[in-house]
Amino acid sequence: MNAPAKPIPLSELPVVWSDKEKHRFKVARRSFVDPEILKTEYDTIFNKCWLYVGHESELVKNGDFVTRIIAKRSVLFTKDTTGKINAFFNACPHRGAQVCRERKGNAKSFQCFYHGWVFGSDGKLKSQPGSECYPDDFNADGQANLVSVPRIDSYRGFWFICFDPEVQSLPDYLAGAKEWIDIVADQSETMMTLVGGTQEYQIRANWKLLTENSIDGYHAINTHATYVDYLKNSQGSMSPVPFEGTGYDLGNGHAVIEYRAPWGRPVAQWIPLWGEEGKVELEKVHARLVERFGKERADRIAFSNRNMFIFPNLVINDIMAITVRTYYPTAPDAMQVFGWALAPNEESTWARKYRLSNFLEFLGPGGFATPDDVEALEQCQRGFESMLEAPWSDISKGMKKEKVNYDDELQMRAFWTRWQECTKARAAAPSVVPNQGDQA
Amino acid sequence: MSQLTLANVTREQVEDFMFLEAEILDEWRLKEWLTLFTQDATYNVPATDVPANASPDGTLFYVADDRFRLEQRVERLLKRTAHAEFPRSKTRHLVSNVRIRGRSDSELDVGAAVLTYRTKMGLTETYIGSYRYRLVVEEGRLLIREKRCILDMDGLKPNGRISIIL
Repeated sequence: MNAPAKPIPLSELPVVWSDKEKHRFKVARRSFVDPEILKTEYDTIFNKCWLYVGHESELVKNGDFVTRIIAKRSVLFTKDTTGKINAFFNACPHRGAQVCRERKGNAKSFQCFYHGWVFGSDGKLKSQPGSECYPDDFNADGQANLVSVPRIDSYRGFWFICFDPEVQSLPDYLAGAKEWIDIVADQSETMMTLVGGTQEYQIRANWKLLTENSIDGYHAINTHATYVDYLKNSQGSMSPVPFEGTGYDLGNGHAVIEYRAPWGRPVAQWIPLWGEEGKVELEKVHARLVERFGKERADRIAFSNRNMFIFPNLVINDIMAITVRTYYPTAPDAMQVFGWALAPNEESTWARKYRLSNFLEFLGPGGFATPDDVEALEQCQRGFESMLEAPWSDISKGMKKEKVNYDDELQMRAFWTRWQECTKARAAAPSVVPNQGDQA
Repeated sequence: MSQLTLANVTREQVEDFMFLEAEILDEWRLKEWLTLFTQDATYNVPATDVPANASPDGTLFYVADDRFRLEQRVERLLKRTAHAEFPRSKTRHLVSNVRIRGRSDSELDVGAAVLTYRTKMGLTETYIGSYRYRLVVEEGRLLIREKRCILDMDGLKPNGRISIIL
């Protein structure tokens, strides 16, 4: 008689495990709680991938600057006096102090307050007190300039940086996501712009839970029941459109769901609440899209919603408003989130007002939906405390289908598959005694 | 006793009104809370990196409710399906430094400091900020035309949400 097959110890399985024949896709919960995994994520993902740094609309005039924490580093993002966009490490080459301590502004130069070294908006050292004490060729090789981030590039107004000089080009990296970014960027004839105001918040949960949540069409009916109630209660807040659509794997870990939904879209799905004035306005917006792109693409831009994920941590959700969201882990069970509203620069005062009103109804820490997402993510994180005994999460929905729906989980599997390729992490640390009955 | 008017209302009366509001919120008497507002009322919480007097029509806020959305916010919060507040958190609004900053024919401009604690599932979060109220007197009663809570914080850390009324 054959002995039953011995189960494989967790420490020999990858975090992301799938069985295509049985339509099962599992993720080990170790990935949400283990500090070793977080370290691996910084080494193999955040230090290696292109990361969103900012939007072109934040640097309009020469001298405009923004400081932002990107993967723990303070980065100074500037448009210099010649109009070139730069990213520097915000650390004085002299002794390391942060040179710029403001969030944003306009400046021709930056002075480190510690010893007074002054740098241009192009990062070059302009002066240093006591320069007579240094050799004449002190900065001949540029070693006293601000250190540039190794790679910087943009696509359709979205600027990205990478700490790895050897990374593939940004267009190659973005793979299939480019055509979806185009659909957002094409909503303006001049420039998409970030509306003033940052929603900045912390969630006590692992960052990957927000990736899943941002492109999850499955949770809406349950988690956001009160938002749907709200739409029903508001006279004229819905158009007669059912929720339906599809999920796509865009390559390199990027993914998107595209679907129709009943809420109003400033570009350009009208709802009765917006009245005749709004109808005229939105018909104008739509007509112009048809002129520029033809009816099929115009309809797609105007009437479809997109929840788009750019690996590893950029979300562009083009839904009842457009939000750009990025987030970083500060601990296995904590992340820092930044959210902005993106809009066509040329849109009318009327459209801007309704766009922001739409945004706040659903999105952000004070909206009618996001607080419940935050709650869900934090409850997951609490659930992971039992990960030794309950080690797996399931992301199988829709695997058995030929064509997946927007509320299946294909897009999350695209993320996790790439995550596994990057980290090569195991479902349990080698030191963990497996408890899956392998003592048998 | 003379009827309350905009001209004769005192700081103490304004303070009593704001303390009453805090009590109502902390006891989750949210339907009653709505009766403290005018029919054209607004409730605003700006983002923490914009001017305190910014307009929600052109700037991203955390909360920018008109009267209808305010009522809907209350209706939502009282449901079991408002998951962020189920089970309900315990809150405590501490209102201090109340001052009448301006008085026109139609409104009082009131400023105050506010510290709100929210406790849920073993965690206590703090919201630090100031209030600016535009108050009116209707039929001898103070009512809120605008409530604005300006957070003195660098974002919502570690709060993650404004799921209660600030």
